[in-house]
Amino acid sequence: MKDSLSLLARIPAHPDSRCWFLAWDPSGTLLASSGGDRSIRIWGKEGDGWVCKSVLGEGHQRTIRKVAWSPCGSYLASASFDATTCIWKKSQDEFECVTTLEGHENEVKSVSWAPSGSLLATCSRDKSVWVWEVDEEDEYECVSVLNAHTQDVKHVVWHPNQELLASASYDDTVKLYREEEDDWVCCATLEGHESTVWSLAFDQSGERLASCSDDKTVRIWHQYKPGNEQGVVCSGADPSWKCICTLSGFHTRTVYDVAWCRLTGALATACGDDAIRIFEEEPLSSPQQPTFALTAHMPRAHSQDVNCVAWNPKEPGLLASCSDDGELAFWKYQRPEVC
Amino acid sequence: MVGPAPGGGSPLENANPLIYRRSGERPVTAREEDDELPDSIDDREIFDLIRSINDPEHPLTLEELNVVEQVRVKVNDAESTVVVEFTPTIPHCSMATLIGLSIKVKLIRSLPERFKVDVHITPGTHASEHAVNKQLADKERVAAALENSHLLEVVNQCLSARS
Repeated sequence: MKDSLSLLARIPAHPDSRCWFLAWDPSGTLLASSGGDRSIRIWGKEGDGWVCKSVLGEGHQRTIRKVAWSPCGSYLASASFDATTCIWKKSQDEFECVTTLEGHENEVKSVSWAPSGSLLATCSRDKSVWVWEVDEEDEYECVSVLNAHTQDVKHVVWHPNQELLASASYDDTVKLYREEEDDWVCCATLEGHESTVWSLAFDQSGERLASCSDDKTVRIWHQYKPGNEQGVVCSGADPSWKCICTLSGFHTRTVYDVAWCRLTGALATACGDDAIRIFEEEPLSSPQQPTFALTAHMPRAHSQDVNCVAWNPKEPGLLASCSDDGELAFWKYQRPEVC
Repeated sequence: MVGPAPGGGSPLENANPLIYRRSGERPVTAREEDDELPDSIDDREIFDLIRSINDPEHPLTLEELNVVEQVRVKVNDAESTVVVEFTPTIPHCSMATLIGLSIKVKLIRSLPERFKVDVHITPGTHASEHAVNKQLADKERVAAALENSHLLEVVNQCLSARS
């Protein structure tokens, strides 16, 4: 396990500030980082090193909490504490802010594009989740305001191949939403975490969802469709989500992020104890009651809290991470032979 | 993140608080005067950083109101952790979050960045203990609060030296 994760590069991406979040573009060639310095930086590989290709400095008045690439890779959305979401259009190496989405009452915490690229979701400390529709003229219209959570909403993410949206909150729950007769409705609430749920990640199939929390655990939820062989009860036509595994005893502080590699199935976590950990499902464990083994542990991955981990979508084992120390790091993960 | 700002002519919540004696200056040991030896950070040093923080309501320090005490400060220099418990003067004190935030900001500004700073309410001393502790532990909400210029000014007033 000792050598399964090795450092490739370390960059002071947002000096004298926090680096909050990272997002790979769909081709895996560009990485966007956002920070407390109100800027977005775009990183690309040149030779053996990573260089800053662009700085998106104008656009937000406060911390940029998260960024998300559109599925086509031509747009970048940024969520800010200034209560707005900016849409940036990419042409060659240049980015231009083409739209600013307003409406949330206070800090926007997260933004996510649906796989079709025609829907966008945002969430805020104002406790709401908004679904936006995008037309061919780059016009954005809010089609639903969802008030299912009772507190600050920390993260939103779309299912990899369905129009199913998931959100995580300070109210300790995860909620799922789907469209029903021209409106969006909350179709499931996942309860179990004992404190704030900070982030979520679907696996490649979308049948599993990982959530991470201030309660120092990661939970794996499995989707059971109506009429499933296991006899898990569903209400109506909606699938049921059940916690099938809890990773506890590994993390010593808040788990801020979880990332599920769509190429290898490895699960990475970013923790407030400065460490990065990687877990893999044990090959012989039952799919309905899986066990996950810790296959990599990098105790001082950064000098402060690790805020985000992001797997490259094309290159297996390439992981990026960022921290409160303002740094961005690239890692190579190699699955240990015996795990 | 916190209740109404102090002042503004509203009556004080706790108009007549008990006042405690300030502790003396920290004696400097021979070991500390020896520049060859590394000094580790101890409980008293952390206490010295926070004891002179001003109460948002009274012209008194947190030490004089017994909101902070040296016995409720725990530092582990080797593991880079600091835990501070503070005791609001009354169980419904609406200033509890602001006081906790001031302690947290003071320690984050003063200590090396490697330290993990946890600030919470002394168990059983406040009606909204869990809610206040959860807000203080949420670094995203703390970061957003400190970008609010009005709130930052109130925090800085608590941290400023009284003339």
